[in-house]
Amino acid sequence: MTVQLQTKNSIGTDSSIDERLHQAIASGKRPEPPNAFASTMAFASRALLRIKHVPEQMFDVTVFPIIFLLMFTYLFGGAIAGSTRDYLQFLLPGILVMTVAQITMYTGIDLNNDIRKGIFDRFRTLPIWLPSALIGALLVDVIRYSMASVIMILLGLMLGFRPEGGLMGVAFAIGLVLIFSFSLSWIWTTFGLIVRSEKSLMMISFLVLMPLTFVSNVFVEPETLPTWLQGFVNSNPISILATAVRGFMHGTGTWQQVAGVLVVSAIMTAIFAPLTMYLYRNKK
Amino acid sequence: MWEGENILQNNDLAIEAQGLVKVFGKERAVDGVDLAIQKGTVYGFLGPNGAGKTTTIRMLATLLPADAGKARIFGHDLVSDSAAIRRRISLTGQYASIDEDLTGVENLMLIARLMGYTRGQARSRAMELLEAFGLERAAKRQVKKYSGGMRRRIDIAASIVVTPDLLFLDEPTTGLDPRSRNQVWDIIRALVRAGTTVLLTTQYLEEADQLADRIGVIHNGKIIAEGTSNELKASVGRGTLNVQLVNAEDQWRAQAILEEKLDAAVHLGADSTSLTAQADDSARVAEALAEFAEQRIDVSDFSLGRPSLDEVFLTLTGKSADQQHASEEETL
Repeated sequence: MTVQLQTKNSIGTDSSIDERLHQAIASGKRPEPPNAFASTMAFASRALLRIKHVPEQMFDVTVFPIIFLLMFTYLFGGAIAGSTRDYLQFLLPGILVMTVAQITMYTGIDLNNDIRKGIFDRFRTLPIWLPSALIGALLVDVIRYSMASVIMILLGLMLGFRPEGGLMGVAFAIGLVLIFSFSLSWIWTTFGLIVRSEKSLMMISFLVLMPLTFVSNVFVEPETLPTWLQGFVNSNPISILATAVRGFMHGTGTWQQVAGVLVVSAIMTAIFAPLTMYLYRNKK
Repeated sequence: MWEGENILQNNDLAIEAQGLVKVFGKERAVDGVDLAIQKGTVYGFLGPNGAGKTTTIRMLATLLPADAGKARIFGHDLVSDSAAIRRRISLTGQYASIDEDLTGVENLMLIARLMGYTRGQARSRAMELLEAFGLERAAKRQVKKYSGGMRRRIDIAASIVVTPDLLFLDEPTTGLDPRSRNQVWDIIRALVRAGTTVLLTTQYLEEADQLADRIGVIHNGKIIAEGTSNELKASVGRGTLNVQLVNAEDQWRAQAILEEKLDAAVHLGADSTSLTAQADDSARVAEALAEFAEQRIDVSDFSLGRPSLDEVFLTLTGKSADQQHASEEETL
């Protein structure tokens, strides 16, 4: 407190501070505006600093995967596959998809918070390539998604998960999850710019993600479902991704599956990335 | 003298706006604002909450598209040339426009890098600003742990990482204690001395009086009066005589004398020893005071002054509310 009072006193009364103020104002020369890469990296470093200062935001990528994997393996393993160990081989790829899909919504929440504080306005008055503000943040989110994936795989290995696709297969599968999640995030940034509060955003994402993740092939084989539901499950983007991830982790992946994931990702990005940028630029 | 030269050299305008309108739903938040703000000056938007100050600033700062009207910032069109405008302006919003989870130095470095500085340059620029703003001890503290005054200063520092040609300040001192407020004023004056044009909004008449070369009084989305602080005071007109009596029983006699000598309505204070009256002519005031002495009415204190900006403001907004009321009745 005393420190604050001293510094407060110093402005305006101390002429050397006054001199420094004028000097600082005089030396604020404008450099060339940064290129898209430089501004994207600046935003990415902001996101990294936020992780450093608010480490509790890493809960979603560390605790969620652990809880989800343990919960569903032991809850459904006996009932669905007869043994938890067998079920884990089937479940882990799907539960990885489900977990990462669910944590993508935090991208939208962070953006929503920025808007409600004034920093969003400051970014928008800077002479930068505006998408870099979002891409920088999304790149760091991809790091977070990778962490969640690695934690889940490591825990799975401890519980008896044995991927037949080997390290390469697993890495390739995680790559697909990251591409998909990056694309899915644009949906939440779009909603993050539309809705008024964090609460309504969480509600919307819950309403979208719950049916998408549960009514999919994450937990059960679609063949066990009524035919009218199979159609939905098989065209569900989460199923398309889960099938591909399962395939590559167990060494049976096909290029068709990869193409499916890429097409779904491209569609989501093509619709929601421009929409996000339009809303970002024209936010009231 | 230096300031005078500055205005002469830059006789073109920093902001030029005609008929700016912004409608939110049914409400016309900004309803036909015209502006002509000289380079190198401070222009103050004065008005109560909800008058349209912030909306106008957000339109001029390229953050909000106008529904009607045109504006040019340093000659650049607001709509077609917004990128060029963003290279010359900076905005300090009403709420801290910084990342409160980051430290002071991290915030300034982020802005510096987004302005185009390299990492090293960004760090030294950030430190230079923190020192100049008396925040070097708080450089490595998260901004959410700053006091209100420190927060305002780091916010303004972030706005001048590159010294802007035009700075928008939305209520820069709202909620600050008097000392922090004076510090912010010093910073604004220093910026203006270096040639920056400042457009600020305020609810405080004293702030407009202290800082602004010209003031626009904004009410219900319209500028209802515009001019220097002196012009605004003069436009409301007459001065006011305040008299404080020693004995309450003299109040009625004093009222009669003032009414006779000043030929104006006299208001009695609630404490029954004070009186106020409109007074145009100091000679007649002297006569009234002489009459007091003659009739042995003891005066403990008196003052004759031009109206304060507060009185100007209340007169103007009161009048405009009345006018609006009248026109609403007409349309009914």
